[in-house]
Amino acid sequence: MVVRDNTIPAVAPRLGEKKRRAFGEVPGLRTLAFCFLAFLYLPIGVLVAYSFNDGNIVMVWTGFSTDWYVKVFGNADIRKAALNSVIVAVSATAIATTCATLAALALARGGAFRGKGATLGIITLPLMVPEIVTAVATLVFFSSIGLNLGLGNVIIAHTTFCIPFAFMPIRARLEGMDTTLEQASRDLYASDWETFRLVTLPLLMPGVLAGAMLSFVISMDDFIITLMVAGAGDTTLPVYIYSMIRQGITPEVNAVSSILLLFSIVMVTAYWFTTRQKPGPNAH
Amino acid sequence: MTRIQPAATVTPLHPAAPTAVERSGGEPAVVLENVCKTYGRGASAVEALRGVSFDIRDNEFFTLLGPSGCGKTTLLRALAGFEHVSGGVIRLFGQDIVDVPTHKRPVNTVFQSYSLFPHMTVSENVAYGLRRLRRPADEIRTTVAEMLQLVKMERFADRLPTQLSGGQQQRVALARALAPHPKVLLLDEPLSALDLKLRQAMRQELKQIQAETAITFIFVTHDQDEALSMSDRIAVMSEGQVQQVGTPTEIYEHPANRFVAGFVGDANFIEAEITSPIGAEVTCRTKGGLDLRANGAKARPGQRSVTLFLRPEKVRLAPKGQGTVDGQVETIQYLGNACLMEIGIGEAAPVLVSERMADVDQPRRAVGDRVGVVFDPRALQVLEE
Repeated sequence: MVVRDNTIPAVAPRLGEKKRRAFGEVPGLRTLAFCFLAFLYLPIGVLVAYSFNDGNIVMVWTGFSTDWYVKVFGNADIRKAALNSVIVAVSATAIATTCATLAALALARGGAFRGKGATLGIITLPLMVPEIVTAVATLVFFSSIGLNLGLGNVIIAHTTFCIPFAFMPIRARLEGMDTTLEQASRDLYASDWETFRLVTLPLLMPGVLAGAMLSFVISMDDFIITLMVAGAGDTTLPVYIYSMIRQGITPEVNAVSSILLLFSIVMVTAYWFTTRQKPGPNAH
Repeated sequence: MTRIQPAATVTPLHPAAPTAVERSGGEPAVVLENVCKTYGRGASAVEALRGVSFDIRDNEFFTLLGPSGCGKTTLLRALAGFEHVSGGVIRLFGQDIVDVPTHKRPVNTVFQSYSLFPHMTVSENVAYGLRRLRRPADEIRTTVAEMLQLVKMERFADRLPTQLSGGQQQRVALARALAPHPKVLLLDEPLSALDLKLRQAMRQELKQIQAETAITFIFVTHDQDEALSMSDRIAVMSEGQVQQVGTPTEIYEHPANRFVAGFVGDANFIEAEITSPIGAEVTCRTKGGLDLRANGAKARPGQRSVTLFLRPEKVRLAPKGQGTVDGQVETIQYLGNACLMEIGIGEAAPVLVSERMADVDQPRRAVGDRVGVVFDPRALQVLEE
C-alpha cells in the first residue's frame, strides 16, 4: 500500500526545471525590483528601528528603549509644532477641498462658459510651478501687502497650493458620474439644492475624501513654503524637525519622524477602508 | 411662471376631481403646438424638432416611434423639462409647461439606463419622489409597498441597485417613476437593454400596469414590434417631424406615406401610372408593363404617377400561370413560422412575399421555382404623395 505524505506536494517543483516564463519576467528584473524596494524602504526601516535605540548616538545600537518617545511627548516645542501642523493642515484641507469641489462642480456641471479651458489650466498650473518659486512669491506678496496673521499666513499659503491637489480627484470622480442621476432627481421633484445634497454630493464623496486626504498629506508634509512664510512662533513639525537636525541628529528626530510616518499610514488605511466597497456612480 | 402641483399633491385637495377613466375622451393629457428645437447656431445648427403638433389623450398608451435621430427622445426630454424648446407650446392638461422647471412638472421619467440612485436601497429609490413632495411618512411607506408589489419587487426592498439584474432594475425604475402618481409617465426606450424574452414579457406587463394605474404613458422606442404590440396610438417620427399619428392598425395597414410604410414592417413599393378614372379601385400600369388593379382610396383627383404599396404577407403564391402575374423565386429566408421570399416579376425590384408555414403538406419553395403571384386589389394601395 502506498501512503502518500501530504506534506510533500504530489508534483514537487524541481530546481532547474524548465519553467514557462511569465510575462515581464526578464532575467535580473526580480533582483532589480528588490533592490529598488530596499532602496525605498530600508532607510525608513532603519529610521524607525533607531528611534527605539537606547543610546543617543544615532547609528550605534545599544539596546531597546522607548525613552525617545517619552522625550518627544514631553517636549513642549514639538507639541506646539505638531499642533500647528494639525491646525494648518485641517484648516487648509477644509478650505481647499471646499474651493476645489465648487470649482469642479462649476467646470463639470456648470455648462459652457467663456474661458472654461483657461480656468481649468489656471487651477491645475500650480502643480507644475517649482515650489521654491511659489514660496518666494508668497513671501514677497505677504510682506508687500503687510499681511501678518501669524499662523493665518501659513494657512492661506497652504490652502493655495492644496487646491489643485484636492481638485484633481474630485473632478475625475465628477466627470465619471452619470448626469442622468441628477436629471432623475430633478424629475422626482427635487430642487437643485436637494439634488446636490442627496444625489451629487453623496456620490462625489469618495472623490472629495481622496482630495481632502491628498491636501492633508501635502500640507502636513510641506517644508519650503512653510519655512519662508511661517513666523518665529508658527513653526510646523517638518520645519521643527529640520531645525533639530541642524543641531545634530539625535534619536529624538527618529522618534518624531516615526510618529509622523505612523500618522500617514493610519490616514491612508482609514481612507482605504472608508472608500472600498462603495458602489460607483456608474453602477447600474 | 405657472406653478403646477404634481398630481399626487392635488388629488387629496380635490376629492371630487374626476378619475382618469372618467376624464378619458375629454381634455387631452398633452397638447403639442408647433414645437421646435434647434441645437447650436448658424451653419452648424441642427433642427431636432421642426414644428411638431399633436394631442395625446388622457389615459392613453402613446408611443413615439422612429429611427435614431428622428427627434423622439428630444421631444420626450422637452416634456420632462430636461430640454427647453426653441418654439411652440406644450400644454399639460391645459397648462402651458414650457417655462415650468423639471422639478415642478407633474411628470416622471423611466430612463433608458434606469438611473437608479446607487447609494440608496430599492425602497429609498422608490420613496425619493414622495419624500421630495413632503408626503407624510406613513403614506410614503404604504405607497412604496404598493409600488413594489405592482412591479413584483417586494422581496428586494432592502437591496442596493447594484445587487439587482437589469430586468429587476428596470422594475424598480418603473416603480420609482410611478410612486408620485404623475399625470404623465415618460418612458425612454426602457426595454432596449433587456434580452428578447424578458422584453416580450415586459411589454405585456407595462401594458397591464398602464391599465391598472390609469396614468397616461408616453413611450419612446425605435422598435416597431414594441410600438405595435403595446400602444393605443403611435406617432411615427422622422427628421424632427411627425409623419403619422394613428392606432397600430391605421399605421400598419394604412400608412400615410412611404416613410411610415417602409419603417413599420416590410413593404413592397411599385412605381406605376394610373390608367383608369380615379375611384375606389383604379387600374395602374407599372414601369415593367404590368396592368394591376389597386386600391385608389388615397389617390388625388387627376393624379397619374403613383407609388403602389403592398405588405409581403398580403401577397399569395399560386401555381405557375394561376396568379395575377408569373414570377421566379430569387431568394428565400427561412424564418421557421414563415418564409420570406423575393420573387422577380420583371419590375425594377423583386416582390417581397411572406408565406406562412401553416399547412403540414405545404410545398417547399426553392430558388428558381416558377410561381404565380396573386395581388389582392384591396391590399395593393396607392400611397399618398
